[in-house]
Amino acid sequence: MSIDMTSAPAALLPPQLMRTEALLTMSGLSKTYGSVRALRNVDVTVYPGEVMGIVGESGSGKSTLLRMMNLEDTPDQGDYRLQLPGKDDDNLFALDRYQRRMLCAHHIGIVYQNPHQGLLMRHSSSGNVAERLLIAGERSFDVLRSKARDALDASEFPLARMDARPAELSGGMQQRVQLAKAIALEPALLLLDEPTTGLDVSVQALVLDTLKRLQRDRRITMVLVSHDLGVIRTMADRVLVMRHGEVVERGLADQVFQDPQHPYTQQLVHAKL
Amino acid sequence: MQTPETLPLLRVEGLTKTFRMFHLDSMLHAFEGISFDLRAGEFLLLKGRNGAGKSTLLRTLWRSYLPVGGHIWYQSKLGTIDLARAADVDIALLRRQEMGFVTQFLNARPRVAAQDIVAEPLRLAGQSQAEALDQARHWLGEFGVREELWRAYPSTFSGGEQQKVNLARALILPQRLLLLDEPTASLDVGARRALVRRLDDLKAAGVAIIGVFHHPGDVTDLIDREIDLATHPVSADNELTHVAV
Repeated sequence: MSIDMTSAPAALLPPQLMRTEALLTMSGLSKTYGSVRALRNVDVTVYPGEVMGIVGESGSGKSTLLRMMNLEDTPDQGDYRLQLPGKDDDNLFALDRYQRRMLCAHHIGIVYQNPHQGLLMRHSSSGNVAERLLIAGERSFDVLRSKARDALDASEFPLARMDARPAELSGGMQQRVQLAKAIALEPALLLLDEPTTGLDVSVQALVLDTLKRLQRDRRITMVLVSHDLGVIRTMADRVLVMRHGEVVERGLADQVFQDPQHPYTQQLVHAKL
Repeated sequence: MQTPETLPLLRVEGLTKTFRMFHLDSMLHAFEGISFDLRAGEFLLLKGRNGAGKSTLLRTLWRSYLPVGGHIWYQSKLGTIDLARAADVDIALLRRQEMGFVTQFLNARPRVAAQDIVAEPLRLAGQSQAEALDQARHWLGEFGVREELWRAYPSTFSGGEQQKVNLARALILPQRLLLLDEPTASLDVGARRALVRRLDDLKAAGVAIIGVFHHPGDVTDLIDREIDLATHPVSADNELTHVAV
């Protein structure tokens, strides 16, 4: 077969040559709280093994979108599908509360900006991780202890302190406990909501390095929300830029930062110190 | 008509790049109508004064910049794809598996050792930690990074030492298409020689290379063709169609 590339037919130009199947597909998401439009017709696709960064100013809808991914909230309109082995490709927003809880326990992990949101401060660090495993149905004490230990170790948490309560730990250590809890069941999707905001710069670097290593070694797919463009630039493969509940730009991270196509993104990039 | 076997690895047709600067309400024209072919194992040098668009052309081929016109037909292992219009996910995959881009700057993540930064492409390609580290140390040595620095963090290195780490990382995993943006800018003579040896090996192995060089004399023996973006270029073998800047 011969190909004349100067007049190549459309069939030779697949928009996606590799036909990679998406892990996460959200389409047509809209949400209104009272008179506030939090999300407007948002589409998101995340592919296996990548880090998708979401940037935007406060109130742009990025955290609302992340809560939807974690099934903590439902939109007024829109679909959410995850490609999981052995699971039907159903709209996850149509699941009942118990089904959602089980799906999240097994397949989705989340790290919140505020550790108080993700951790039980009066339980031990290992107990926090074990709680996640208990929800997923694990009952053997030895297995719970062993898996909690492995997850804390993978999150580079000092194991000598695994029985310390999060309230006794620094902010960086608390984030590691959250991370261990999130990855304990090797989730298909890890959601990170401003995971380094409020941490000292040196601690921030340590947490980002741990995340990068987890992504490299375990190929965990991540969605990272941050208002810190440096964090997104360091971590993300692709980026969504949100404003007023809409996605105004999406692209490869280096392209969005070096050649932004939307006036708001240009403003955002130029404003970075 | 050409068969897939005789097609060039890369065919650039009428490539045009303009930057739109919203805050100034103006357009900046970088280049227009660039066309050329590049075959496996060929080395193409981009020439031109500062600001002529050499680095912009490289970044457009890499898709850090979005072209406003033209095509970048690339013969990937899976088929022909227009890099100018390909989906982001495909570009990301090709960057991991087939294409490399070397700049003069290392994007060093904090608290990651030089040897781990260099080994990372091999780890992502599925090699074991031990194998990847062995290779990383070999290439750090080749480019003249002292052994006591291999486990140190490059963010504290001098510009020249950072560039050696950058090159070791960028060239550790052979790609099909390699883009080089002034890779010798801050290198000492020894490292420049090591780079030329590595490029010679890659070229002989069939890697197609497009480069901008601060010291083009270093790579004279490797160059097959040149494009001068500052003038109206004609290739040595008349294979280039035209470049209008």
